[in-house]
Amino acid sequence: MPHLLEIINLRTVFDTAKGRISAVDGVTLSLNAGDTLGVVGESGCGKTMLALSIMNLIPANGKIVSGEMIFAGKDLLKLSAEEMRRKRGSEIAMIFQEPMTSLNPVLRVGEQIAEAIRLHQKLPSKEAMILSTAQLREVGIDEPEKLVRDYPHQLSGGMRQRVMIAMAMSCHPQLLLADEPTTALDVTIQAQILDLISNLKEKNNMAVILITHDLGIIARAAKNVAVMYAGKIVETSTVENIFDHPFHPYTLGLIESMPAKYTASSDRGIYLKTIPGNVPSLYNLPSGCRFFDRCTVAQKECNKQEPILTEVEQDHFVSCWKYTGNIPKHDGYEPQSKPR
Amino acid sequence: MNFWETFYKNKLAITGSGIVLLLFIVSLLAPLLAPYDPGQIDLKNVLASPSWNNLFGTDQLGRDVLSRMIWGARISLKVGFAATGLAIIIGAILGATAGYYGGWVDAVIMRFVDIMLCFPTFFLILAVIAFLEPSIWNIMIIIGLTGWMGVTRLVRADFITLRERDFVKAARTIGASDLRIIFVHILPNAMASILVAATLGIAGAILTESALSFLGIGVQPPTPSWGNILTAGKDNIDIAWWLSLYPGLAILITVVGYNLLGEGIRDSLDPRLIK
Repeated sequence: MPHLLEIINLRTVFDTAKGRISAVDGVTLSLNAGDTLGVVGESGCGKTMLALSIMNLIPANGKIVSGEMIFAGKDLLKLSAEEMRRKRGSEIAMIFQEPMTSLNPVLRVGEQIAEAIRLHQKLPSKEAMILSTAQLREVGIDEPEKLVRDYPHQLSGGMRQRVMIAMAMSCHPQLLLADEPTTALDVTIQAQILDLISNLKEKNNMAVILITHDLGIIARAAKNVAVMYAGKIVETSTVENIFDHPFHPYTLGLIESMPAKYTASSDRGIYLKTIPGNVPSLYNLPSGCRFFDRCTVAQKECNKQEPILTEVEQDHFVSCWKYTGNIPKHDGYEPQSKPR
Repeated sequence: MNFWETFYKNKLAITGSGIVLLLFIVSLLAPLLAPYDPGQIDLKNVLASPSWNNLFGTDQLGRDVLSRMIWGARISLKVGFAATGLAIIIGAILGATAGYYGGWVDAVIMRFVDIMLCFPTFFLILAVIAFLEPSIWNIMIIIGLTGWMGVTRLVRADFITLRERDFVKAARTIGASDLRIIFVHILPNAMASILVAATLGIAGAILTESALSFLGIGVQPPTPSWGNILTAGKDNIDIAWWLSLYPGLAILITVVGYNLLGEGIRDSLDPRLIK
């Protein structure tokens, strides 16, 4: 079966006063209908730009310079602006991190969902309103008839995110891009929203790209994971592979930075592990591996040449010289868990 | 967060809207309210001082000043609304285009605004009117065509901040077109400043119309307007103070009324002032 979405070597650059930077640098990934791909990485690693590139909505000073984006058999990058606009909302939808500001403050909730429907289906406004009420019920809102007449400021964050999801789902898209959909919400609401997204996904056989910096969310909701670092995917596999035996030192660092382990009182006083250093500036990338400066197992030779994403076991791709090539030799490092 | 509650508590705003409302009523009911025909000449009763027969006195042709002022209110209102309406339409469209698209579109439009602002508006109007027949329509159009620059700047500023807001991004992701985003999503959010600019603009337009009429190149006699009553007042100021005082006060109160209303609306719409 062909993939629903196949991105090949996507490169999105920004021209700034300080020069050209690649926010998304040669990303390749694929996604099947009904699957959830988790994209994880630190702030500024390009995960949001990846989503906006798929939507073809990158800010004005950026552009997609190369790559292919095959969605349902068509290259999205070859579509005209008008064709792409018609795909947005109807076939590809997106929800954002900040439900507090993602709804138009001067329009009633019902009107906003009805707008999403009417943009893609010729319907009288009354029918669109009925559909939007139904859509709100679908996302677990109890009294949608009342809610459609409310303005966004009258709703809580969780409710607004539900409204955003209702809007995104209103035309039954095949692909949903969820950019940190739960980051701004309470932990309890987070779980509800994640469950809601995965229920809707099951129901509509939709594919989801879940962008987050929270590995807990990935573990809960995703089937496959892509770990992004400085605009590149450094490791990608199934969620089990990534958590059971991560290869890339960055992935390992991310997993070790998770606080979940430290729950018992005996662990009090133990510091959370962190990855030393910061994401490198995109203006001034290290010459070889982009993780070189922060890597605990880096060899001198690692900064000579950039590693490429290579399959190290079935469906598990890593770009690290330790596994993919024989230029540098590591010693004294083994991934925490044993490989399968 | 309720506009009306905040507005209602603002005494000045209520005063302003009272004045504006009163002007509306007076203009609408002018034929019923005016005690005399505003054009009725009575040469036996020239420059009569205020009395029970002529509350505001009569002018140099014996016409009743009160009646002329009531009919003049119509002119003021017409000119104020039509001219400001025109200015708002031009300003909103240009400002929205400049603010939303940015880049060279913005640069071209804003330089045009700068050029227009370089002309002393009043003298520009005088110069244009000198070539055109001074009719009420020409006055409205010319005031409108020279009054849109401030609105453009306001709307542009609003659009520049609003276009980066998440709900605009969200509207794009559901497939809304540029036009739709501009008019359905951003413009209503910029309405507050447009409304305020409009109210204040009406006051300005009324003032300009009065000034033009006062100079004799605005509304032409015998059509009564506050400005041309003032002209008569100027000629007779030593013997007939009422010809200057009453229309002058009318202009003052009207302008203050619109300004209070405009500021009241602004304060009530400002989310920072709404608790």
